[in-house]
Amino acid sequence: MLNTLRNRFEQGYRTSAYPKEPIELPARYRGRPVVNPDASGDDAVQCAEACPQAAIDAENRTVDMGRCVFCGYCERLSDGRFVSFTQDFELGTADRTHLITAGDLPDLADHSERHFRKLFGRSLQLRQVSAAGCNACEADLNVLATPFFDLARFGINFVASPRHADGIVVTGPISRNMKTALMETYDATPAPKVVIAVGACAISGGPFYGSPEVSEGLESLLPVDLFIPGCPPHPLTNLHALLTFFK
Amino acid sequence: MKTAFTEITNGKPTERAAIPHLPFPDFRREALAIVQGGGRVVHFFGYEESDAVKLMAVLRDDDRLLAAGCDAPEAYDALTRECEPFHMFEREIAEQFGIRPEGHPWLKMVRYHPNYRSAPDVFGNDYGEDIPGRYDYYAVDGEEIHEVAVGPVHAGVIEPGHFRFNCIGERVLHLEIHLGYQHRSVEPLLTGNDYRRWPIIVEGIAGDTAIGHGLCMAQAVEGLTDLEVDAGARISRTIALEFERIANHVGDLGALSGDVAFLPPANYCGRMRGDFLNMSLWMCGNRFGKGLVRPGGVRFPMTDEDRKVLTGRIDELQPQVAHVIGLLFGTSSVRARFDGCGAVSRSDAGHLGLVGPAGRACGLPYDARRVFPTENYRRLSIPENAEPTGDVYARAKIRGDEVLQSIDLIRSMLRNPVETAIIEEWPKDFAPGAVVATVNEAWRGEVSHCLITDDAGKVVRYKIKDPSFHNWNGLAMSLRDTGISDFPLNNKSYNLSYCGFDL
Ligand code: SF4
Ligand code: SF4
Repeated sequence: MLNTLRNRFEQGYRTSAYPKEPIELPARYRGRPVVNPDASGDDAVQCAEACPQAAIDAENRTVDMGRCVFCGYCERLSDGRFVSFTQDFELGTADRTHLITAGDLPDLADHSERHFRKLFGRSLQLRQVSAAGCNACEADLNVLATPFFDLARFGINFVASPRHADGIVVTGPISRNMKTALMETYDATPAPKVVIAVGACAISGGPFYGSPEVSEGLESLLPVDLFIPGCPPHPLTNLHALLTFFK
Repeated sequence: MKTAFTEITNGKPTERAAIPHLPFPDFRREALAIVQGGGRVVHFFGYEESDAVKLMAVLRDDDRLLAAGCDAPEAYDALTRECEPFHMFEREIAEQFGIRPEGHPWLKMVRYHPNYRSAPDVFGNDYGEDIPGRYDYYAVDGEEIHEVAVGPVHAGVIEPGHFRFNCIGERVLHLEIHLGYQHRSVEPLLTGNDYRRWPIIVEGIAGDTAIGHGLCMAQAVEGLTDLEVDAGARISRTIALEFERIANHVGDLGALSGDVAFLPPANYCGRMRGDFLNMSLWMCGNRFGKGLVRPGGVRFPMTDEDRKVLTGRIDELQPQVAHVIGLLFGTSSVRARFDGCGAVSRSDAGHLGLVGPAGRACGLPYDARRVFPTENYRRLSIPENAEPTGDVYARAKIRGDEVLQSIDLIRSMLRNPVETAIIEEWPKDFAPGAVVATVNEAWRGEVSHCLITDDAGKVVRYKIKDPSFHNWNGLAMSLRDTGISDFPLNNKSYNLSYCGFDL
């Protein structure tokens, strides 16, 4: 008993003040990319050709955050001349096309599905479906339940059954072998329901794009309400997107 | 032991001509002799070349890696009949190439996909149906027997898999684990030879082992291109692999505590795991270490400032971690649930080929960091860990011990400043006609990649083995004669990878 209390004392209070107070991530974290409009065509083409995820459109000077894994290779390659990554982790969008960006993102709070706020603003129960990613997206969703993030204090929980859920959160590129289970989970969730795609895999196939065993992203199968990019998205990216979209 | 197999070196390419290509009967006899004599299977796989299927085995015998190949017969006498550790590998070869191991005691698909060469399907599956679970599960007969089916979608934020329990009352007589839902076809994707994508793909084999798999790929390329890695990069990569180990073990110890309803360590470990992930984030900008390791070195330096920050954080965390682990194992209600639960004997562990903490918990001390040291491990002394009991307690104990050891290892490595060059580009002209196998001890155990190049230096086969490929059957064995309510506890004591297995 004494040992339990001693540990409790040593651990202290750990819950983050975010979103009430801003929080900073370490310098090497790569968040929202910003494309330099004055970059040379050569730099743009070089980055586009080198990008392992084919996420760069040299002509339109955009980065597709839905394909990007935020490896930072393009930034290094162009010495920041074509693109640089900011510390901004607030990356969620309500529209797939908004992820294709030169650096500006529309304010997520302005999304058009306003009724979701009324329906789920005070209580949001989500069913997670893991569909063939690498499990890092799942891991960084799971940590939202740890004391630092403490998602439950916002009335948001992950639940065991789709029957108890207001929506599904999908990770992974949706393998052929997981498609049926995913669709059945979606069908088992009562309407009105939300669909959230977390991570490059769920948005575009991620690192596995081109494999005949995976889909080209969740939107090819279901209507998606909220896109949270990253590989994986930082837990704060998830937290920000959920709070901004539903609160 | 005298053998027709030839010795190869971890991470160093061997000319294909120097690897014996044996007549199949000789291959079979020699492979069996090595494994029956106490050796283990690191790899046993098929590959296709000029329309013929060939087999390659990499076995380990004490501290030697032994390799040989042969032409694959369309059907052959299963090695598993005489020697269980080949069990999963023969099933995989049957699934990938349609080669039938006759008399295999449990010839069942591994991941549910058509084979690579459109040969008749060994399992009689119709892959037009996208349901891997359409299959006759092993069933126990009897009036009072009942079956419990769980998954593929589970009641938490967990990867998909199907678990079929045959029970009498609460007692599990048999658990069958059916995977494949996470199958993305990673190996063929890599042999597409778009090398730019390799680091990103291998870091996605199993995100919780991004460093482990990243290192296996990087070392293979370094071998095939004769690339030197400087001392600083070797240290950073070792530190990253140890952070990966600590974060996962600490998280699992918390999950185990939560499963026996002792909530304080569950919460503390959840938070402290995050602190370790955040140290990987500090090193390279990604909590899972993605983007750090590349062939030739690392993409981020370890500056004096970095070493100061990381050491400071470790100084703060080390006592907390030690105290929470002490609290966990010192609590009698925890010990009451851990002790004796889900025990696997040393002999069963050997037959199943268990590796990593799962094997060490059954008294098999193998640790690739000691036996096949890569990176900076040659300069470190890694303690020999082994527990005799093979139960949840042993698996947890090994992990707790390794956490504390790894913290010391990292601290010692952070002490010396070493310059390192930053790597972005790496050569893609691989040695032609070569085989290279890389072995590392990731947190779940032995992870290994094996690459074969053709005469033009093109990679014709990229074989991946995650430790979970060995260990899932350990979990099934743990459940034999165990109460079904102890499944979650046993499951977390292994915490195996679905995606690492499914590829
Ligand atoms: S950071 Fe994104 S856009 Fe840049 S190279 Fe990597 S994947 Fe491509
Ligand atoms: S997006 Fe990246 S982190 Fe998420 S599941 Fe896919 S590979 Fe893993």
